[in-house]
Amino acid sequence: MSGLEDIPLRPEKVHEPDSATILHPVLHEIRHALRRLIQTGESTVIDLTSLPFGPGDESKLLEYLGEGEVSATLNTLGRSRLWETRFPGVWLVDHYNPEQVRIAFQIEVGEVPAVLRSQREDVADGLDRLTSLLP
Amino acid sequence: MTEAKTLGETLRRQGVSRRGFLKFCAATASVMALPPSMVPVMAAALEKARRPSVIWLSFQECTGCTESLTRSHAPTLEGLIFDFISLDYHHTLQAASGDAAEAARETAMHENFGRYLLVVDGSLPNDNNGYSTIAGVSNLDMLKQAAEGAAAVIAVGSCAAFGGLPHAAPNPTGAVPVSEIIHDKPLINISGCPPIPVVISGVLAHFLTFGRLPELDALNRPLAFFGQSIHDRCYRRPFYDKGLFAETFDDEGAKKGWCLYRLGCKGPMTYNACATTKWNQGVSWPIEAGHGCLGCSEPNFWDAGGFYRALSVPTADIARTAGYAAAAGLALGAAAGVMNRRKTSTAVEQHETVTVDDLEKS
Repeated sequence: MSGLEDIPLRPEKVHEPDSATILHPVLHEIRHALRRLIQTGESTVIDLTSLPFGPGDESKLLEYLGEGEVSATLNTLGRSRLWETRFPGVWLVDHYNPEQVRIAFQIEVGEVPAVLRSQREDVADGLDRLTSLLP
Repeated sequence: MTEAKTLGETLRRQGVSRRGFLKFCAATASVMALPPSMVPVMAAALEKARRPSVIWLSFQECTGCTESLTRSHAPTLEGLIFDFISLDYHHTLQAASGDAAEAARETAMHENFGRYLLVVDGSLPNDNNGYSTIAGVSNLDMLKQAAEGAAAVIAVGSCAAFGGLPHAAPNPTGAVPVSEIIHDKPLINISGCPPIPVVISGVLAHFLTFGRLPELDALNRPLAFFGQSIHDRCYRRPFYDKGLFAETFDDEGAKKGWCLYRLGCKGPMTYNACATTKWNQGVSWPIEAGHGCLGCSEPNFWDAGGFYRALSVPTADIARTAGYAAAAGLALGAAAGVMNRRKTSTAVEQHETVTVDDLEKS
């Protein structure tokens, strides 16, 4: 009796959609955010999970933005990746939970992503711990 | 060891740093479409949020809504919220059964009177209360009794929100939604067959953070998730605007990912977050998989003319006003594009919702 593996498979060629619609609007939004950063020092967060990505759009966007000088891994409530793109001030923040399921994906335009900064409460906790360790 | 009282304490006991808490708040704000300036406000509020008691009543339903919500793994946002709430009564998830389960429900309602969240899935049979009972108590009586001490009522799924499948013709049980029974409590409808999991937990998170329900549309659905139509956020919209439609499910147009309007897609009349939030943690959604939208988050979607019959007009009476025959696909698409933009801006101003009745006038 033949099994499932004996059924011949012929993969269909995947047709790329005719237009990458989401790329340019997002890039323009980044451009406006960079201008705002320079003029007022204000940072901007663009939530990528709220944008209507078609198949292949996300990888096109990431390819376009590229990778810059800095990358970081955040290990809390799962692993998150943060990196500066080839445009300084434009960061990608990719949050995952311990099951490697994405829970947030944002472009943060600013000097450094807010979540990378050490938090005052955590610093205070660390100081207590260090104090208790020292003789 | 005393139980952690607030969400902040719960997370700290799990060894979560303040930075981790901020990551959690950023993900929550992203899901609820809140601006990033709200993250510190959220963090401060969630820090102090106390474990709310939640009573979940299941009536004439298929359990699909529970299945949707429990597909997510802890501790995603859904998992953390779900673990944090005190789910005191739920047919599928509770360990107790029979009298013990009913006693647990009554105890929770009594101890948290005025403060518990009442979640309802499934419609109620209005023709004869005996059609659907739990422990001998009719759905109608149980709902009215439970609603008395509820801080808010959340109708999960199209059945509880609009009547859903039981309400479809010929409606043998006289099924009605929760909104026809409960009039004196804050009520939110989270429609969808089923709703996207993160929409349910987003509403719970909003309630935990701000102590009230989020901004609602005319059908009492949270605007953050139901404020835009599928059509307006669909990545295949450029094909619609150019008049490029798939005519069958396996033709060249279908393989190239063209618009599914002619195959019965109800995107233009449907409001939900599927086009952006997608399904199965963002893997895909019906239109991306090649099937038109069923309109499952709208009232009467089962009786909206057929899943594979095209909407008679795109979003307005375009055939008459634009003067084109329906067969002129390209022209229809282009004219539809113009009409859509105009209608969108007026609709946005007036928070209009397009119903099936509007569309079938022609």
